[in-house]
Amino acid sequence: MSVSLAQLALDLRAQRVSATELAQSALARAGASGGLNAFITLDADGALAAAARADAALAAGDAAPLAGIPFAHKDIFCTRGLRTTCASRMLENFVPPYDATVVARLAGAHAVSIGKTNMDEFAMGSSNENSSFGPVCNPWDETRVPGGSSGGSAAAVAAGIVPFATGTDTGGSIRQPAAFCGITGLKPTYGRVSRWGMIAFASSLDCGSVLARSAADCATVLAAIAGHDPRDATSVKRDIDDYAAASATPLAGRRIGVAREYFGAGIDAGVADAVLAALAAYERLGATLVDISLPNAHLAIPAYYVIAPAEASSNLARFDGVRYGHACSEPKSLEDLYSRSRAEGFGTEVKRRILVGTYALSAGYYDAYYLRAQRVRRLIARDFAEAFESVDLIAGPTAPTVAFRLGEKSTDPLAMYAADVNTVAVNLAGLPAISVPAGFSDGLPVGLQLIAPAFGEGALLNAAHQFQLSSDFHLRTPTVPA
Amino acid sequence: MSIDSATVRHIARLARLGIADGDVAPMAVELARVLELADQLAAAHIDGVEPLAHPHEQPLSWRSDTVSESDNAVTFLALAPDARGGLYVVPKVIE
Repeated sequence: MSVSLAQLALDLRAQRVSATELAQSALARAGASGGLNAFITLDADGALAAAARADAALAAGDAAPLAGIPFAHKDIFCTRGLRTTCASRMLENFVPPYDATVVARLAGAHAVSIGKTNMDEFAMGSSNENSSFGPVCNPWDETRVPGGSSGGSAAAVAAGIVPFATGTDTGGSIRQPAAFCGITGLKPTYGRVSRWGMIAFASSLDCGSVLARSAADCATVLAAIAGHDPRDATSVKRDIDDYAAASATPLAGRRIGVAREYFGAGIDAGVADAVLAALAAYERLGATLVDISLPNAHLAIPAYYVIAPAEASSNLARFDGVRYGHACSEPKSLEDLYSRSRAEGFGTEVKRRILVGTYALSAGYYDAYYLRAQRVRRLIARDFAEAFESVDLIAGPTAPTVAFRLGEKSTDPLAMYAADVNTVAVNLAGLPAISVPAGFSDGLPVGLQLIAPAFGEGALLNAAHQFQLSSDFHLRTPTVPA
Repeated sequence: MSIDSATVRHIARLARLGIADGDVAPMAVELARVLELADQLAAAHIDGVEPLAHPHEQPLSWRSDTVSESDNAVTFLALAPDARGGLYVVPKVIE
């Protein structure tokens, strides 16, 4: 399905297709593409019931722009009555009694969820190989990873199963899989989209948002899910911009900073070539490229891999075998219940991060690791603030490589962490960023990352949309085996 | 940075996370590698730099101190591995 959301909305209103037919065909495609392992749970009954409600709303003539459009939720968003696993054995049978705010808003707009997508367990990973429900395959090459942690969402959109999917981004988990799968992925400003009902990984970094084929489609979905939520104390009280209107502005006079650190050692030549060609296209669109430096960029990975595990070790303390989630059988004591339930419920990478985080927060090491990482976090935020004094946007490759092979990095955590080198700094600074399909290297998609100052989602969507008006990388689709 | 098995066991105990005996030594090696990565932070010039705990440093919003949720005790207890008489059940703590 490479039809735009705007075209689908027109087709639905002209009764060329019904929401029920769209839901049925999306469910059929999901079934036919089962080899990708993009879904953990398909919800045919829920989808068809939601589609019937959407058809009624469309017939009544006052339906929202997303009414009747099928999509999928990353399995990190709580869905009332539909199991929400976070790809963990810990939550294998967890059925939430409430909807996340993002879920409620999309349901209120009569968008039709067909199910829950696969992901790295508790969103910890960059390849979707850390799922207790098995890895996801990249639709462009099934021997390769789709990226992570929102790998199922990215694969489902790239394979044409759904036109958009929700995702979360703590260190690149929307942008990197979007880049690896040749689609568009937006990470909004921290606090722009409510985190309520989104299972917490690292609370000062987590952002929910969307993966879709184009920037225009991302704009439509962001407008539906963004905005203040009294249930999330970190949600920002600030009106949302008119993203669609902002997208129409020409780019003449726009200054785009090109950070030289993003083109250093470790970047594939084919990725660099594709990104530089995309930047040349921006010059033709009237933008000016400015050479900039982000001098502390090399410290982003070490700072992130202290702060994120520290917050994770605290957040995941809630899984205790008492209130919900997995419990071990016949515990000998309360401590045995805690430690064995957690040992059985969590996978290897989650355990590793809990231990790293616990160490970084423990007596004697707190100053050397956690506090130091938070100071470096300020240096990284300052680098961006200083750069944005002279440029409107910052550009570079979303990831240093194209999608790597399944198994290539899964036994080496540090090699996996290095895949996040260009994305984690953005989360540390709380900024918005977007990954835009920018070309191909060896037949695999390359993503261009654009970064904006806080609440610059309109500027990002504008720059991405203008590029997509003059390129067709976002329209290319893989050949998905039946 | 080297991590010994006793440290792994201590940290695992703090995290209430069971680690099988055979996994302790490999985990020590992996933790040491991650902490070596973190040790790169030692080279940062952070004199006089305040920690940044949160993006934007916005003050958390206030809300009025009124009841906003209804009583969901039955719903939440239904999720528990073991609950009886309106209470969560855990192994005996005090003999």
